[in-house]
Amino acid sequence: MYLAKIYVTYKPSILDPQGEVIKSALHRMDYAGISQVTQGKYFEVKLNAKDVDAATAEVESFTTALLINQNTETYRFDLSLVEDEVTL
Amino acid sequence: MKAAVISFPGSNCDFDMLYALQDFGVDAQIISAKKNDLTGFDAIFLPGGFSYGDYLRTGAIAHFSPIMSAVTQAANAGKLIVGVCNGFQILTEAGLLPGQLLMNATPGFICDEVELEIANPNTAYTNAYDNDDTILIPIAHGEGNYFADETTLDKLEENHQIVFRYVDNPNGSAHDIAGIMNEKGNVFGMMPHPERAVDQVTGNIDGQKFFKSILSGILTKA
Repeated sequence: MYLAKIYVTYKPSILDPQGEVIKSALHRMDYAGISQVTQGKYFEVKLNAKDVDAATAEVESFTTALLINQNTETYRFDLSLVEDEVTL
Repeated sequence: MKAAVISFPGSNCDFDMLYALQDFGVDAQIISAKKNDLTGFDAIFLPGGFSYGDYLRTGAIAHFSPIMSAVTQAANAGKLIVGVCNGFQILTEAGLLPGQLLMNATPGFICDEVELEIANPNTAYTNAYDNDDTILIPIAHGEGNYFADETTLDKLEENHQIVFRYVDNPNGSAHDIAGIMNEKGNVFGMMPHPERAVDQVTGNIDGQKFFKSILSGILTKA
């Protein structure tokens, strides 16, 4: 079984209002050196696939179909082989 | 005219839309998003609310509900498809309208009445309004900031697909966009709620001409 850790963020050109609000709060807290904050989404998806290529293709397929809106978002992911869960 | 109002899990303006349509004599009924057939309807309304809890992104899960293949079919067949608020968000997620509704530029839910100008008075949604009318229509949304890339925005302007614009932009929408239609003009979405401004008891009837426009268009075609 594979574990995909998928990170979704706005494209750099898109205003991230939550990130801006967090950044201004951090500045008020005297973290003066912080120049940028972006808030994104994180998904963990377990899937069965015959090999790493098939798993990669599947992750790319469902991520672009549902997890992101390609108008404004982009993504990256890590894929690792994990033990099948033991069912008792 | 026979109209369907789609009820998604989490829709909460479906009955407002139903009653507004019925006020204008439309044979309207609520259709569950679990159905997959819209044969026989002249117009389909996607109401406001928080379909599927707005999980993931507004409209993203609703896009894959069973009814949406029937909505897409109806859109391709030239039937009238009208999305208000969450309905607009669903239509963009489904690719039936271009662009996307993002979180308001200043984060937070806005519940207000705002002035709109009629950007194109020659549409199925605005033909009963006068060119220079400005109307007051309720808004209630946290994700109403219309975004599209520059090429798409240029195309919307060129083809007069922008139907309503905010007079005083409340949410950061590109080109002050409050409502747009597709190139053919049969698919339309707007963030403000005209169905909440049809009855004198609410103190605002500026939405009446929206429904009168739709009705006159359908009757002319028939």
